[in-house]
Amino acid sequence: MTKTSRRTALTGLSAGLMLVTALSGSAFAQSINLTYLIPSGADGVAVAEELVKSFEAANPDINIDIETRPGGSEGDNLVKTRLATGSMADIFRYNSGSLFQAINPQQFLVDLTNEPWQADVQASFKQVVTAPDGTVRGAPMGAAMGGGIYYNRAIYEELGLTVPTTWAEFMANNEKIKAAGKVAVIQTYADTWTSQLFVLADYYNVSAKDPNFASRYTANEAKFATEPAALRGFEKLQETFEAGYFNEDFGAAKYDDGIRMVAAGEGAHYPMLTFATTAIAAAYPDMIGNVGFFAQPGDEAGMNGLTVWMPDGIYIPQTTSNLDAAKKFVAFVASVEGCEAQTRAGGASGPYLVNGCTLPDDVPPAVSDMLPYFAEGGQNGPALEFLSPIKGPALEQITVEVGSGIRPAADGAALYDEDVRKQAQQLGLPGW
Amino acid sequence: MSVMTQTGTAGAGAAAPVPVLKRPSPYPGWFFLPAAIIYGLLFLLPTVASLYFSLTRWTLFNSTFIGLDNFAQFLREPFLIKGLINTVIYAVVTSGLKVVLGLLLAVLLTSQIAARGYLRSVVFFPVLVSTVGVGITFTVLMHPTNGMINEGLAMLGIKGPGWLTNPSLALYSVALVDVWKGVGLATVIYIAGIVAIPKDYYEAARIDGATKLQNFFYVTLPLCRPATVTVIILSFIGGLRTFDLIWAMTRGGPGFASDTVASVIYKQYQAGFYGLSTAGNVVLFALIAVLVVPLTMLLNRREGHE
Repeated sequence: MTKTSRRTALTGLSAGLMLVTALSGSAFAQSINLTYLIPSGADGVAVAEELVKSFEAANPDINIDIETRPGGSEGDNLVKTRLATGSMADIFRYNSGSLFQAINPQQFLVDLTNEPWQADVQASFKQVVTAPDGTVRGAPMGAAMGGGIYYNRAIYEELGLTVPTTWAEFMANNEKIKAAGKVAVIQTYADTWTSQLFVLADYYNVSAKDPNFASRYTANEAKFATEPAALRGFEKLQETFEAGYFNEDFGAAKYDDGIRMVAAGEGAHYPMLTFATTAIAAAYPDMIGNVGFFAQPGDEAGMNGLTVWMPDGIYIPQTTSNLDAAKKFVAFVASVEGCEAQTRAGGASGPYLVNGCTLPDDVPPAVSDMLPYFAEGGQNGPALEFLSPIKGPALEQITVEVGSGIRPAADGAALYDEDVRKQAQQLGLPGW
Repeated sequence: MSVMTQTGTAGAGAAAPVPVLKRPSPYPGWFFLPAAIIYGLLFLLPTVASLYFSLTRWTLFNSTFIGLDNFAQFLREPFLIKGLINTVIYAVVTSGLKVVLGLLLAVLLTSQIAARGYLRSVVFFPVLVSTVGVGITFTVLMHPTNGMINEGLAMLGIKGPGWLTNPSLALYSVALVDVWKGVGLATVIYIAGIVAIPKDYYEAARIDGATKLQNFFYVTLPLCRPATVTVIILSFIGGLRTFDLIWAMTRGGPGFASDTVASVIYKQYQAGFYGLSTAGNVVLFALIAVLVVPLTMLLNRREGHE
């Protein structure tokens, strides 16, 4: 064999190798990898997995990896840092409303105003993912939630109680439950965020008395400590603590303990957001029928209504390198198929905010109890964090103090007003 | 400015001593450059920048200069003040207990007892375990109703307190866990100090008829002062900066009852108050300097007098 022919053979071989590499290279290029960042928690992960599975089945050229992050203020911190350093996942799930405003949406998120699917998203949701410049930057992820009180239906039946429509009735029920030797109100302060519910879920009652509270609050005119209607939330927390209605380990119990206790009848009432319905259904499928729900009662039966939380949104950061693929996934989540995938994975927890999405007929009682507030003749209104960009970050510590008897309600409300002022200054709002 | 050196004369023989320049370092000056750059970029620059940003309202992208408002805010808020007080309490309690327990354990572990080597490693073991892991474990043990500690007490007929949920107790519970975890290091330092004391002193004391207590108070204690100084300084600074254990066990709770400066700073940072939390870091820096520098000087001066 001559040198030349050997060289030719080698060239042929290397050309062949290059061809193979090129082929596999182009095969890689066709499949796009996206990352999707969600808060950790078994129910949320199950929903995300089902969404991703259904989406990948319809789009075989796109792979989505799910990443999880902690929830609460630790998660807020992580999201802000990742956005600020340009290392955010291609798609991420995060709160709407005031927390959404705090991540600087105009600067970091892709404008989704003109996406075709926005036509089917309800206006009430668009409003809470709209940046200050009027552009819509997110799509709804999950169902609308109510903030109120879960109750154990078996205990209510056993003691012959009826669902309260005023705070006085609620306290009378608590008294009977306590007299029967049971825990009347479950509190779980090891997860500090759960302590805020009595205050936050009272907002429908505040707005029923003072419809302009939110705008006056944003303009530094109304304060929790000085508006009697707003102070009621803190007082309700103090009253239930002082009456001795709480579970013995309220300071050390966690959210997971809380949902177990209300499902198993270890306690009668658990103030919570209705997203917990999904978690209860997943963890205690045979006891979900025992769990009912009612809005946090106000002072008058005629003004009884539900404080509503908008679901999280999903957003695309401007740093994504696969904008088209990311938009495809967001469009899928905001479609009827997206709602169906969510219901399949986690069950229904409340009404969806995409037109055409329906709930199955066999929803658990905690969900059907919630629907009358949304139906004709029912009353509901958004929580304060969707009407004002300001939410003080220390509320959860303050409500733990009020709920543990460390600080009286009025004092706690005044301290919270201070905290709110810091947040308003940080956001650069006028008038602070 | 020239410096006379003894080595300079050696090579010059009998000639009159000539003033020579400072002996050149065997390494060229730019050898220090990498370290200087890293130190400057990662330490000096952020330190100076943080002094500036502590005077601003800062959103990571733009900052508004607001003078000393952040410091005023930091010192006005009740839980921030509480955090400062708690920090000092925590540092004093943990370093005090570490000194006392560390010394006693070290005396025990340098005496002739069975299984000494094994016991030494047992005492040191908690130092090696992750702080967060220790925190989570003790949170479970200290649960007010299902925790092993209170269940044990219940068996003796005592109703245990809410170790971490009682606001007046939470900080001390965490401090105790800190002592449990950190006393091993203090013990090791003390063992080294005690072993280094020459045997002659003990022999002399025995001839003088000293009792064991006298041995301890008049020989061991004064002669292991360097170890005491090291333990106090290390554990005091550690106590002032403490964050990981508090965060793992109580997150500053219940409410703000066990907040320290470090956990307050972290919470402000989490909330996006970057300027305010930077101001908190400056306060922490000042606090450590104000407490530890005089403490070091005091301890070292006494040592020199002996």
